[in-house]
Amino acid sequence: MPHASGYFRTSYNDDLALLDTRTQKVSCALFLLCLVALPFFAKPLLIDIANQVFLAAVGALALMLLTGFAGLVSLGHAGLLAAGAFTTGILFRELAAPIWVTLPASACTGAILGFVFGLPSLRLRGLYLAVSTLGLHFIVVYVGGEYETRRGFSTGITLDPPQLFGFALADGRAWYFLLLAIAVAATLFSLNLLRSKTGRAWRALRANETVAEALGVHVSSYKLIAFVISSTMTSVAGCLFAYYHSFVSIEAFSLFLSIQYVAMVLIGGMGSVLGALLGAFFVTLLPYVVEWTTAVLPLPASITGLVFAINQAVFGIVMVLFLLFEPQGLVGLWRRVQNYFLLWPFRQTPLSGSK
Amino acid sequence: MQLLVNIVVLAAIYALISCGYVLIYRVSRVLNLAHGELMMLGAYLLYSTASLLGDSPITALLMSALLGLVAGILVYLFLMRRMTGEMVLAAVLCTIALGVMLRGITVLIWSAQVRHPLAALGWSNPSLQILGDARISLVNAILIGLTALVYAGLFGFLGFTRSGIRMRAAGQNPLLASQRGIRLHGIYALAWGLSTFTAGLAGMLISMDSSLDGTMVMLGLKAFPAALVGGLDSLAGALLGSAIIAIAEVTLIHYVNPLLSDVVPFIVLLAVLVVRPWGLFGSKEELDRV
Repeated sequence: MPHASGYFRTSYNDDLALLDTRTQKVSCALFLLCLVALPFFAKPLLIDIANQVFLAAVGALALMLLTGFAGLVSLGHAGLLAAGAFTTGILFRELAAPIWVTLPASACTGAILGFVFGLPSLRLRGLYLAVSTLGLHFIVVYVGGEYETRRGFSTGITLDPPQLFGFALADGRAWYFLLLAIAVAATLFSLNLLRSKTGRAWRALRANETVAEALGVHVSSYKLIAFVISSTMTSVAGCLFAYYHSFVSIEAFSLFLSIQYVAMVLIGGMGSVLGALLGAFFVTLLPYVVEWTTAVLPLPASITGLVFAINQAVFGIVMVLFLLFEPQGLVGLWRRVQNYFLLWPFRQTPLSGSK
Repeated sequence: MQLLVNIVVLAAIYALISCGYVLIYRVSRVLNLAHGELMMLGAYLLYSTASLLGDSPITALLMSALLGLVAGILVYLFLMRRMTGEMVLAAVLCTIALGVMLRGITVLIWSAQVRHPLAALGWSNPSLQILGDARISLVNAILIGLTALVYAGLFGFLGFTRSGIRMRAAGQNPLLASQRGIRLHGIYALAWGLSTFTAGLAGMLISMDSSLDGTMVMLGLKAFPAALVGGLDSLAGALLGSAIIAIAEVTLIHYVNPLLSDVVPFIVLLAVLVVRPWGLFGSKEELDRV
């Protein structure tokens, strides 16, 4: 984090602090205050979008821990979301379990799946690992689909709104506060984890596995920890996803969803918690922006049926543009803007040779 | 008997698709996850050329095959060339993004309706009786023959022609290859072109046998385990891998559950990854050195 004037860390506590300066603390508090105040003014649609952003943020944070920090690629994120959602759905349907049971149960399912599918990561690297997580996705989706057809829920499983402290969470505004709290908790959890020994071990792993091992990082256990934590968080997100939409169907968890999560991490910026949040915001909002633009632009009426296709095309193009022109993602852009204003009226010129 | 014919047909389909994965991986170590979409693109191109040149089906076929080749070269020149020197992962993500984009664009151009290129060509697809009571459709028979032809061509190309030998050299060690005067970008572009060409052939024939819509992408993805089981950088491995996957899939579908169709290749893939990640015939990845 660059600073305009001299800011010096004088103790180890300063190094560990999540927020350095008073300005940062104040702006963070103000931002949170705005978020808390938002539902009292916003329309239901806006609250719904915000809820989706919070849900996506939990999943994106989980993937960021795994891919952005530990350097392990996963294309099976939708599978893990599906696992959490289906655990919730099945427990609710078969045993009428309350949220106090389904949420921990989903987390357990996620942890077990993370452990099992983390095992190949001990032998596989890079591409091969990505492919094995792809396998995970298809297997989970198959099991879910099998359950749906066997039990006769071929269109999907419906859920009732969960009871929390005696009142039902059916209102979008109530959901907003719950999801906001969970998203903030997930962010704090990730930040805290990353400044601990585990986080440092992950960064070492990502930079160079062989060197990390030589320095005494227990590679296999830290890889497994990364998988277990990431998939637990994702499954919890899946459980909330199921309750929020009060509906679980295997169609919602296509490979495209996995790609969307990967895109969140990528567009946000690899290796940054802020990046995961920005990416979740960007990717969730993109379809709405596309929809509004197509509604505003004077296009032929036949195009309205093709909104999904336009979404996909735009999504792909945006991803390609980020890969080609801003591999650091939105965080990279943000840092550049920050630097520009910090250095103004001078200008930072990149060193020759570097891009 | 019919089971055997089904296995051979499916193996030929997988083999024809997976040789594209192998070609690109072998030359540039990039995994092309947009292969299924490129295959679909080839099939749609055939549909368009067939609608435009309805009176001369042969020209339409040749034209769309050629367009497939060009599409692959264009993808390399405008997209993948920019990823040279980046992390392999970034290149793979780039192919994923390309795939998503292509999926959207094909629907925008050709709409999501189910298309029938064979009807557009004005041909029929009679079912032939072979080997006692087993039946095979004409297009599938052609597909098996074409797969054999493509593999023979690729083996000949990589083994004996000058460009083929250069391609192998570029795959083994790009730095040394470029120092010996091999134009890497040209070779990579050629590999992408050939890969998309074979993918296009596969897409055309499959869509001629059944029909054409967005679900074809899944078939392209299912052929990937075939390439990996045999070893991602071995053509012979791709043949064997396709056979293994096809046998597993057809028998399990027949005896256990038709819904398994989409999972079987990936279960086989996971098993192979755990036991022998580099595949049956593939070369082991080099060890990491500091």
